[in-house]
Amino acid sequence: MPTPPTLDHPTFAIVRAEFGDARLRGTEFRGQSTLIVEPGDLHRVMRFLRDDERCAYDFLSDVIGIDYLGYPAPTPGRFAVVYNLCSYPRDDRFFVKVFLDPSLPTDGVEEDPALYLDSVTDIWPGAEWPEREVFDMFGIRFRNHPDLRRILTWKDYPAHPLRKDYPLRGRGERERYRVVDRTDA
Amino acid sequence: MGIEQALPAQGFLATTLQRFINFSRRSALWPMPFATACCGIELMATASSRYDLARFGMERMSFSPRQADLLIVAGRVGIKMMPVLQRIYQQMTEPRWVISMGACASTGGVFDTYATVQGVDQFIPVDVYVPGCPPRPEMLLEGIRAIRRHIDEEGLPPKGGTRVPLQIAIEPTHEVSPQPAVGLTVGAT
Repeated sequence: MPTPPTLDHPTFAIVRAEFGDARLRGTEFRGQSTLIVEPGDLHRVMRFLRDDERCAYDFLSDVIGIDYLGYPAPTPGRFAVVYNLCSYPRDDRFFVKVFLDPSLPTDGVEEDPALYLDSVTDIWPGAEWPEREVFDMFGIRFRNHPDLRRILTWKDYPAHPLRKDYPLRGRGERERYRVVDRTDA
Repeated sequence: MGIEQALPAQGFLATTLQRFINFSRRSALWPMPFATACCGIELMATASSRYDLARFGMERMSFSPRQADLLIVAGRVGIKMMPVLQRIYQQMTEPRWVISMGACASTGGVFDTYATVQGVDQFIPVDVYVPGCPPRPEMLLEGIRAIRRHIDEEGLPPKGGTRVPLQIAIEPTHEVSPQPAVGLTVGAT
């Protein structure tokens, strides 16, 4: 019997009091608290979490994408983006999570209007490269990102490889390349 | 190497000269290290004083492909890295040789994913494969000695009119103790 999450992290109450109109959910696992927000509320919640002195999450550790395809438990959406926040003045860590559902088939690279989030690069400039990685690996795009290009694979890569419906060994990307023989110079 | 073209292809002098050319080439190989992973650490250890790559005329690691004739691919290579590796190979002066060092460079190793090349020999020529994960310096030295034996035979008629094995298979130098019998056949399911 798993223990129910204890939502006693002080940031929960502060955010709840500030954003009474927003749909907020919370969860906790082994002392790590996660706030689940709707995509539309993400940017203002994030700005509040950095600027409010009771929160003061001045450091964005990481931005992570998750694909929940085939997950054993029901989830609020197919994709999730997790923001790993850290507060140096208060020595605290907090997670913010957003769920997204695609509106197009996920085996290609076409732009999906449902897989869009507001970039937080204007709040934490260090979010630029992690957001590019989430875009590269999952095809989730970020509005107002200064330079949203692929960061790990190359420009014309025909897939977003960390999506669960993409085969582990690829679709021939690692085999189709020109061959150099001994006479090439 | 203009003098090679000036001499008749099968003449006595040319054959002797070829031996001398092979001797000079194999005695002063200049390696170009293409170290992308942990094999590169073993490559550095091989070049250090304990294993002393300088014994083979290779004390100078050439970090410019223009001044190298032995490419040592040490480590896993992503397909995104392939244009770089091919360009380095093409920039090297001829004659040139390639050692594929370790499991990843030779086969992809455990990295059987969309991004990792499953053996650099799919895209560039490879002369000697050095097994191991990573290979010990002794193993890399054996691979380099195999390249040297290879160069020694280059351009010469095979001994006795037949192809002679290069004798590069490595036999254990110690007595293998008897292994316990296990009631399993590999591959049988």
